Amino acid sequence: MTHLGYLLGGWGVAAVLLTVYAVSVVRRGRALSVSVPEDKRRWLTSQNPTDD
Amino acid sequence: MTNPTSSVATTGSPGSRALGLATLAGLVGLLVLAFVLTEPDVRIHPSTGQEIGQFDAVRLLYLHVPMAVITYVAYSLAAFASAGYLIKRTPWWDVTAHAAAEVGTVFCFLVLVTGSIWGRPVWNTWWEWGDVRLMTTLILFLMFVGYLALRRTAADPRVQARRAAVVALVAIVDLPLVNRSVEWWENRTLHQKSTLGELKIEDLTLFTLMVGFLVFLMVFSWLLLHRFRVGWLTLAAGEHQVAAAIKERRAEADGSGVASAVGETS
Amino acid sequence: MKSLLSEAWLVASKDLRIEARSRVLTNQVAPFAVLVLVLFGFALDADQRTLRMFAPGLFWVAVLLCLLLAVQRSSAVESADDAATGLRMAGLAPAAVFLGKSAAIFVQLLVLELLLTAGIIVFYGSSVKNLFLWLIAGLVTALAVATTGMLYGALASGLGVRETLLPILLLPVLAPVLIGATRAYDDALGAAAVDGWAWTGLLAMFAVVASTLGALAYGALVED
Repeated sequence: MTHLGYLLGGWGVAAVLLTVYAVSVVRRGRALSVSVPEDKRRWLTSQNPTDD
Repeated sequence: MTNPTSSVATTGSPGSRALGLATLAGLVGLLVLAFVLTEPDVRIHPSTGQEIGQFDAVRLLYLHVPMAVITYVAYSLAAFASAGYLIKRTPWWDVTAHAAAEVGTVFCFLVLVTGSIWGRPVWNTWWEWGDVRLMTTLILFLMFVGYLALRRTAADPRVQARRAAVVALVAIVDLPLVNRSVEWWENRTLHQKSTLGELKIEDLTLFTLMVGFLVFLMVFSWLLLHRFRVGWLTLAAGEHQVAAAIKERRAEADGSGVASAVGETS
Repeated sequence: MKSLLSEAWLVASKDLRIEARSRVLTNQVAPFAVLVLVLFGFALDADQRTLRMFAPGLFWVAVLLCLLLAVQRSSAVESADDAATGLRMAGLAPAAVFLGKSAAIFVQLLVLELLLTAGIIVFYGSSVKNLFLWLIAGLVTALAVATTGMLYGALASGLGVRETLLPILLLPVLAPVLIGATRAYDDALGAAAVDGWAWTGLLAMFAVVASTLGALAYGALVED
């Protein structure tokens, strides 16, 4: 296979960055979930968190 | 519908887990298509008979092109939600705009990096100043880096939401002007035209690109969903803390009198 | 419409009077503009032929750097002593405040452009080949960047990180203006054979969009 270094570099950087970003989003979500009461975490029935 | 086992504190839900599993399966499928089933891009030069083409570097396009399309989808969504926020003024639109802009910027960065890596063997340069799409995408990326910087300031959430919405909308309004100016500007240089046009699009190549669009749309949706929930939780957590603090102060006032609540200890 | 313009005039003359008395433009921004030209000379090895070729681009980069200072200054004037509240309580239409403050920045930029033109003639050996194009493109570009700068100044105002946030927000948006103005001056200064008027048209379009959008959005930004 030609250009193997470029292929590994391109697909590799995408895989690493997307994984790191996904993990960071999930972790931020977990940390925040702990500080919010359960009735505000129900995704399908949640109310507006701020009442304008 | 509430999940009875939702006591685990995550931003996941049955729907997002199903989507996540489907996305992972799709990524495996895309890898097989991009690296095993499709052929490298090799053509015979009509007069010299030499082998020309992108060879295996074409396999980078199955990653790069779908992500580029998704970047534009993400930024369009961010601008649309920003307009929605300015009209409706509800947090849902604001959180959606923020989530789309952040995930879009991750994609946009990868589009620039993978494009550069692809350009090195195919265009023989890491960076092609004469390419309109490349320059437009770079300016778009920089505009949304500014947007995210504004998002990270410690302003009042509603002030920040309003300002960010204006920034996103101006970025999208500005984009055609950026595109047009770069297009005119680069006409003075004799640059190599986009190589995509001469790529022989065979059935399987096209099919792989389509699968790429679908898979990266799923990756984007999964990330957007979770990032939206993080944004939503951030608002809820802020509110909850304020409510809890008020409750605490009230309890103090009830328990030991107003004097101690205002700091007068004798 | 008449009251909008007269209110805008009030705001503009107020800002210009402050600048005339504080002399920040003449004592700080103008020397900075000249300094930037000199630094470019050092960076490009002081070869006048090279400098002449790149003079249009260097000229506009210097203008954009000065714009950042002018915008910072324009919003600093309002945040000191909470003058912005006073301005809001004066009952002026937000669009008039926007247009007035943009006009003040516009006038300051024109002064700087004159100075910088003198600078590139002296330091780089440039010469104005097409005076009319030089004038019109200079006016239109100053209008485009003054209104855009004013809008972004409002977006970044009141935040602790205002000074560092403004450039990253403003400069990418102004990329087409930098390209267009540079090409227009390539023609006006005879640095390259391009159609400067076509570029001036694009700049004018940008200026119209920026002033309209800015006047409309400014109200939403200061409403709290």
